[in-house]
This record gives sequence, C-alpha cells and structure tokens, in this order.
Amino acid sequence: MSSDVPTTTSTITAAGAAAKASVAGVSPTPGVAKPDPILTVDHVTRRFGGMTAVDVQHLEVQRGIITALIGPNGAGKTTFFNLITGFDKPSSAPKLIGGPKAGEAAKSSFNGNEVGNIGATKVAKKGMVRTFQLTKALSKLTVLENMRLGAKDQPGENLLVAIVKPLWAKREAEITAKAEELLARFKLLEKKDDMAGSLSGGQKKLLEMARALMSDPVMIMLDEPMAGVNPALTQSLLGHIQALRDDGMTVLFVEHDMHMVRHISDWVVVMAEGKVVAEGPSGTVMDDPAVIDAYLGAHHNTDLGDDSLLTDEVAEELAAEVTAEEGKA
Amino acid sequence: MDQFLTTLTSILNSAISPQTAALAIAAIGLNIHFGYTGLLNFGQAGFMLIGAYAFAISIIGGLPIVLAVLIALVAATIFALILGIPTLKLRGDYLAIVTLSAAEIVRMVGRSSLLTNVTGGSNGITGNEYRGPFTDLSFFGDGHIDFGPWSYDATGSNGWWFIATAWLVVALLCLFVWAIMRSPWGRVLRGIREDEDAVRALGKNVYSYKMQALILGGVIGAIAGIVYILPASLQADSMGRSMTYFIFTALLLGGAATVFGPVLGAIVFFAIRLFVQGVAGQFVPSNIMNGQQTEQFAWIVIGITLMLVVIFRPQGILGNKKELSFDVK
Repeated sequence: MSSDVPTTTSTITAAGAAAKASVAGVSPTPGVAKPDPILTVDHVTRRFGGMTAVDVQHLEVQRGIITALIGPNGAGKTTFFNLITGFDKPSSAPKLIGGPKAGEAAKSSFNGNEVGNIGATKVAKKGMVRTFQLTKALSKLTVLENMRLGAKDQPGENLLVAIVKPLWAKREAEITAKAEELLARFKLLEKKDDMAGSLSGGQKKLLEMARALMSDPVMIMLDEPMAGVNPALTQSLLGHIQALRDDGMTVLFVEHDMHMVRHISDWVVVMAEGKVVAEGPSGTVMDDPAVIDAYLGAHHNTDLGDDSLLTDEVAEELAAEVTAEEGKA
Repeated sequence: MDQFLTTLTSILNSAISPQTAALAIAAIGLNIHFGYTGLLNFGQAGFMLIGAYAFAISIIGGLPIVLAVLIALVAATIFALILGIPTLKLRGDYLAIVTLSAAEIVRMVGRSSLLTNVTGGSNGITGNEYRGPFTDLSFFGDGHIDFGPWSYDATGSNGWWFIATAWLVVALLCLFVWAIMRSPWGRVLRGIREDEDAVRALGKNVYSYKMQALILGGVIGAIAGIVYILPASLQADSMGRSMTYFIFTALLLGGAATVFGPVLGAIVFFAIRLFVQGVAGQFVPSNIMNGQQTEQFAWIVIGITLMLVVIFRPQGILGNKKELSFDVK
C-alpha cells in the first residue's frame, strides 16, 4: 500500500477502467443480473408497523467495483444496509412457524455463503465489514487501540490465552505494524496515541474506514462516508474509496447526494420509497426518468406557481396525467 | 488526644481487616462489569451471597474446603448465566433491573424460614459452623503477633491468618485483572463499553464477551462473599442492597477501569466513615449528636463524598481523566 493517495477524483486508474468495463455490457434495469456478483439479495422486506421501509426483490452487486446506493432521504438505504449486514432482521426472514413461503423468504448470499440470517458478527467475519452513518469511533480508546480492535485472528482475544502475554505478543506486533501503516495512509499516524474522541468529525470517518480495513475485508460497506465532512476532506475520502477498489476490494456505499457519487462510482443503484427504482452506470443513470422522479418529482421543470405559463393546454395535460396516475393506482 | 488515637487505631485496623479486603474483592469483580465492560450490575451483593451460601453449606455438608470453594465458583457461574442469557442481548438498563431484583431474590430465599435447616433463615449461619477447615489450614501457630500498630491473634477469627489470606487473594486478583485487561481480550471489553455495535461490526461476538465478563466478575464476587463471611458469620441481610451500594461507592471513589482503584476505594471508604464517626464523636457534644447519630452522620458524609467525586472527579482517585468511565451505554 502506498501512502500517496490520489486526491483528485478525475484520475482514472487502470483498475478503475477495468471495473467500469466489467459492468459495461449490463443492461441498466432494476434487479439486473451481473456477470460476477459478490452479493445477491432476494426478497428482502422490512416493515415498521404498517410502513414498508424496504422492499427489494432482487439485487446483485458486482465484485471488484464501486457501487453507490443512492436515493432521497427516507428511501430506506440505511435500513437496507442494516438488513444486509445483519444489524436488522428482514420482516420476510424465514421463520420456523408461519413465515413466508419458501420461494419468497429473504435470502442473501455473499461470496458463496448464505448470510441472510446469521447476525452482524458472523457477517463481518465472512469479510463484509461496514461503517456507520453516525461514526462509531470508540472515543475512550486511543486511535491505535481502535485500529488494533479491527484486526482478526488475534489469539489474545480469547480469555484463557489473554492471561499469558507471550502467546499473543507476536500477533500484536504484526497488528500494530499494520495499523500504523494504515494510519499513515489515512494521515492519522501522528494522532495514534490520542483518544479517538478527540478527533474531528472527518478524522473519525477516516479512522472508522481505516479500522474496517484492519480485517482485510472482501467487501467494505460505507454508510454515508461523506456526511458532515468538509469539501476538502471529501475529495481525499473519495480518493481513499477509489484506492480501496484499486486494491481489489468491492465497495458499496450509501449516499444521498447524487453528484457526490457521480465521479467515483462504477455502478449506481437508486432507491426510492424502499424499492430499487433504477440502476446503471453512473454516467447515464442520473438521466433515467425514474431517478429524476424520485429526486425532484415529475414536474420539476414546470413552474406551477407562475399562472401566466399555466395555459389551458398545460392545465388539461396535467389533469390528464393526474387521471392516468389515479387510474394506475 | 486519647480519643483521636482510638479513632486512628480503628482506622488502621479497618484498613487491613478481612472485611475491607472482601469489599475490595467484590469491587474488583464489579470493576470488570462496570468499569471495563460497561455492564450495570446492581446485584454484586447477590453474587457474594451465592458464593457465601454455597461455600458454607458445602463445608457443613462435610465437603473438603477446596471443593467447597469450587462449588461456590460454579454456583456464581450458573447465577451469571441465568442473569445474562435473557438480558445481555438487550440494552444495559435491563441488566441493571434484573441483577437488582435477582440479588434481592437470593437474599429473601436465603432468609426464608422454610429453609432454616439449610441456610439458617434470617439468623443465618454462625461462623463456627464453617470456619473450622479454613482455620486448620493455618501455619501461623497459636500465639499473638504484634506488627507495627496492629496486634492480633495469629490464627483466631479476625487474626493474622485471615488477614493475610484475604489480602493475598486481593493481590492475586489485582495481578489477574492487570494481566487480562492489558490483553486484546480486555481491549474488546473496553470497545464494548464504548459502543457495542461498532465492535459487532468488526466481527467480534459481543454477546459472548459480555457473558464472559459477567461470569468473571460474578465469580470474583463469590470469592468476596467467602472472604467476607470467613471471619464473621453468614447473614443474608448483611449482603443486601446497601452492600451493593458500598461496593459501587468503593469502586467509584478509587477509580473505575483501574487495577488498584477498587482496592484503594475500599480502604478509603472505611477510613472516611470511621474518621467522620471518630471526629464527630469527639468534637460534637452528645446532646447535639449522640453515638448512634454520629454513625448515621458518617454515612451521610459518605453519600455526599460520592456525589462530589462523581461531579468533580468522575475518574475517581486513580482514574485516567481521559478514560473517565462513567457513561454507561
């Protein structure tokens, strides 16, 4: 890993071009099959009382590319994220008694393993590591300890081994070396002995991402990595995310600002009202009428406040559209 | 002056008494729960009672002392499992309520008249009934030993043999806590204290770690129960809610999440009480405050001290200001 991270998002690396090429032939329709999916999700719904927050029938995430999951506020992105990573349970999860029919139960497989119903810890152990929208830096641990906690295969995390230091000291040294390397890459090395709580908001985001990388994940899930981060740091965050992809990781991240994701994502999935309404390459998906609908409403170009523009013709047109929509519903 | 010397002697005596050691041990156990893992256990006295009853009843039943101690530890483990299995998946407050009431249940069952022939009912079990095997282990001889300001029988109840073993146990447990809390195992616990979900996202089985911590601290609580009753008698009411409160006070005074905090806190706790009682008894005329009232006054001062510590020095006497461990999540 090199410490010089591309800071401009316009740099197109060879890996980036390859990633884009891998999904070039995929047709931009919701729920489309990908050539090499790392994550496949079926029939995942989540209801809170009478409100259906998430209802995703089928979604595949291509291996080795950056996929952005976007959608307006309240589209169910974070809930969907929680469902995939095991932090929440789908309402459509298979139950012992009275669950959904066999073909309609929630199912998700990751990297060849069923991960639908195994809980957050095991999902993370399979190599799908996530971060949180509201950063969860462990404030009263030092930055370095935060990093060490992310590592796996530390025998000293077993109580009986923990008592005898020589049994885990060697692995601890390896972990520390790796942690310092990652901290250097994320420009946090000089902060390593500070409490994580003393970092700024953006630094906490960086720390959380670095901590997730400690376990060498196969796929990293970032929940709004850019939320509340100043523009300068956003650029460097975007650079880091691209660097992850270039290192061979699969990245899925949630964001609600679609312009933010335009440059760095290879594939964009758009959610609205709990459903996947569109997906496609980042360059073209923004022009999809369903996306414009979801973000801006169907009549974002019509100034309904200006009566002079509201000719009889327009009024009739709108009325016809309303009738048509009501008929559909 | 004479009375001042009396007060000083009683403070010195209480500083090394086995009962102080027992409080320190219970606080060491609670420190693993509250200080390191953030588990709100309001029933540490219940663990003490479980240990005390299991030990005393086993000895009276004719079992060898080693086996009796083992039974006490196993009993505390089972008690911890019963408390932990339903509550550790829930938020912290639930554990607090369950432990509080479970400790009361243990006390009420212990003092119930139905069990008088086993637990001695509300009169409890006198020390002579179970103390024998422990006294027989003594190699201190029969004489009387003067050491500095202290003068005790070598082996008799409240003698040097009891004091030495109690503090040896304290020292060993401090060593143990130091060894496991510097290890990666301790790091996971501290991570859980800060944010469970973050640790879960890193692939650690949070439930299992919390259970291990609950059992470990509870078992140490059971040891405290044994140490507490050895020089005295076993009475259910002596280990009630107020005992849990004393243990918390000792822990917070000394400093949670530190190795020696609980020990120092236990000594300071008794010293403050005796000092206030002594001074009030000497300088306040008995028509304003009589002997019984000075004792109550001492408790009031302890309560105020606890409040002042929490407000102005939340890390306790020994705690690390940066790692003040008061907020429980």
